[in-house]
Amino acid sequence: MTPLSVTARGYGWTHAGRTRPAFSGLDLHIEAGQRVLLAGASGVGKSTLLHAITGVLPAVSGDATGSLLVGDAPPAASRGAAGLVLQDPDSQVILARVGDDVAFGMENLGLPAEKIPERVRTALETVGLPVEPDHPTLALSGGQKQRLAIAGVLAMKPGVIVLDEPTANLDPDAVHSVRDAVLAAQARSGATMVVVEHRLEIWAPHVDRILVLGPEGLLADGDPNTVLGDMRLRDCLQAAGLWLPGAVPGIAYTPTTRGEEMLCAKDITVARPGAEPVATVSAQVRAGRALALTGPNGSGKSTTALTLAGLIPEDAGTVTASQSLLAGPHRPKCAQPSQWKSRSLVTRIGMVFQEAEHQFLRHTVAEELAFGPRQAGYSKTQIQARVDELLERLKLDRLAQAHPQTLSGGEKRRLSVACMLTAAPQVLIVDEPTFGQDALTWRELTKMFAEELALDRAIVAVTHDEAFAHALSADRLDFNGPSAVPAQENNPAEAINSVHVHDEGGEASHV
Amino acid sequence: MSESRMLPVGSVQPMTRRKTRPAQDFLIPLRRPTQVSRANPVAKLAAVLILMMGVLLSIDLVSATVMLLLLLAIGLPASGLDVGAMLRRLWVLPVAAVIAGWATAIMAAKTGTVLVELGPYLITLGSLEAGAAITVRSLALALPGIVVAATTDPTDLADGLVQHLRLSERFVLSALAAARLVTLFIEEWKTLVLARRTRGAGADSLFSRATAIVPLAFALLVQAIRRGARLAMAMEGRGFGTQARTWSRASRFHARDAWLVITATCFSAASIGVAVMVGTWQLILT
Repeated sequence: MTPLSVTARGYGWTHAGRTRPAFSGLDLHIEAGQRVLLAGASGVGKSTLLHAITGVLPAVSGDATGSLLVGDAPPAASRGAAGLVLQDPDSQVILARVGDDVAFGMENLGLPAEKIPERVRTALETVGLPVEPDHPTLALSGGQKQRLAIAGVLAMKPGVIVLDEPTANLDPDAVHSVRDAVLAAQARSGATMVVVEHRLEIWAPHVDRILVLGPEGLLADGDPNTVLGDMRLRDCLQAAGLWLPGAVPGIAYTPTTRGEEMLCAKDITVARPGAEPVATVSAQVRAGRALALTGPNGSGKSTTALTLAGLIPEDAGTVTASQSLLAGPHRPKCAQPSQWKSRSLVTRIGMVFQEAEHQFLRHTVAEELAFGPRQAGYSKTQIQARVDELLERLKLDRLAQAHPQTLSGGEKRRLSVACMLTAAPQVLIVDEPTFGQDALTWRELTKMFAEELALDRAIVAVTHDEAFAHALSADRLDFNGPSAVPAQENNPAEAINSVHVHDEGGEASHV
Repeated sequence: MSESRMLPVGSVQPMTRRKTRPAQDFLIPLRRPTQVSRANPVAKLAAVLILMMGVLLSIDLVSATVMLLLLLAIGLPASGLDVGAMLRRLWVLPVAAVIAGWATAIMAAKTGTVLVELGPYLITLGSLEAGAAITVRSLALALPGIVVAATTDPTDLADGLVQHLRLSERFVLSALAAARLVTLFIEEWKTLVLARRTRGAGADSLFSRATAIVPLAFALLVQAIRRGARLAMAMEGRGFGTQARTWSRASRFHARDAWLVITATCFSAASIGVAVMVGTWQLILT
């Protein structure tokens, strides 16, 4: 298909059940074949606009005003002319075999069966996924799944390719390969490309135009150099939570002591229940210090975190809690956290999971926050005081009565951390807390963790986010090496590629 | 960097993975592809129906025994499935079949010689025979279904259902895509259990483990709806449901499919034939 233009005239969208529109009065013309980066604050309707362009926005989910055209037709009439790539790799794999998954879109468009295998092969080659067509999609990594989705869209030869934060759920190594796959697919098809992303530096050098969406039309529109070089715009972009290229987050916390040891693991073997052991780990978790578990996917970081959190049993060896961690109400009978009762655990070691929704148990934000301390047997007044304090600290006070599942992504993330903090655990273990977050949420989270560290709590973070580990001055436990690599001074995990590089002292930066 | 900036905090040694996964493992691992395992799913379904006729038309012991022996001696080896793994994973089925037989033996009409009399438990030759027939029959019924489930790729089944049996494309493809999410839901369930434990709502006793199932199931349902909606959007984003669709994978019949159906017919004929010759055959509902 030839590239198609996208034209909006006074276009707006109001979600069903809301009074205020997500955005309104949008006037926009994207030339056929243009590469556009669409940015804007969380909740401003970027995803909605992408869904509208693709024609997958259900008419019952809200009301549109004005007009939106893809080429010369409304998008719903030409569904399939625009291909959509979403953020979550797991939710967009459709079929069990790679070849079938790529073929899915072409079959839907009614392409003759004999033309399909050749196009599948070309598409997989273009995105750099050289596997056999019968390769199981289950065996692909997150980055490979995203490349598979891009191949599926490319093979349809769409007039427009739209991508909704295609790299937000990926680790830094995969971000660039997926971006390159998108660019290769765009170059091959010549299709118009619209990508939403809040980390501008990933795409800025590779697009023709940056659009910044606000609640009432566009806040900025121009080529990347003009938009990013405009000093008056910078504050506005930063306020919208965008990651500007070259912006350097500072240090939020520096430990002052070695810290008392809270948890100690000596040569423990970690494994998911029923699965094979993945690593042998020694680690000390110290009060008032952050410990970053870094390294590639599948190396056992998350398994180690779950083991330290007392959520899964050690495969061999034991994690030992210190006397000061054992002290307090509901004192555990032994020093091994995986053997503790749940209510002993909640005031001692808390775990924040990667997906915030997994953590929610109650119907309102306030109840969610009160749940942990109630399980731990705190008094009513104590609970109320903790809840109020955290609501205020996290700027969630006006949402106290909202249902946790209705919050925005950033709010959910903050709540999932806060609901672990209300029971005041001495050790907080977090899995990729900053994944996919905009710069505002990132700063809020870093501040929260820094405050906890200052209260002499210990933090263990599984993270690919070099800036985050740096901001908390974290000690490193690196899961990279093929043999034992003791984390030591001046070893800032060189092997990790970081997209948001910074270093305050002009020391070696690691890109 | 000051002394307190970075501390040596431990070490990590990765472990090498030992096991390799079998090429195919839907329910039971496949040892080697065979004519049966590679047969067209529609032919497999036809064979299952025919085999069921052989066991369901009468409730006598002889027809079911002949069928079970044929399936164990010829059918199971020809499927290429790992029988050891099958027993380890599905041992509960033969146990259930024996329990069902035992219950029948106690409940059935007491005819013939008394074999066991223990208070209320009275088993006679006649009731024992009825019980044995139930045990053997349930096994003979279950086996073909297990083989089909364990040797059939869901995608191939979907292709066959749409192209030969003319089932709705939209329905079959949606079901196929949704079935893939089941693996994700198993993982999510495990995560939800851990998340409850860390929040202080963990199941420490057997009782709390039982009562935790309802909120867990609800939480999983919420996740399932969210994932389902996202999957639907991904499918529509690739033009699903816009127009008449083509199928790049043609579902074809081969000689082996005919042989599978013929063999199934022979098995049914043999089990019915032997029962008729021995004189135990009795058509149900007569």
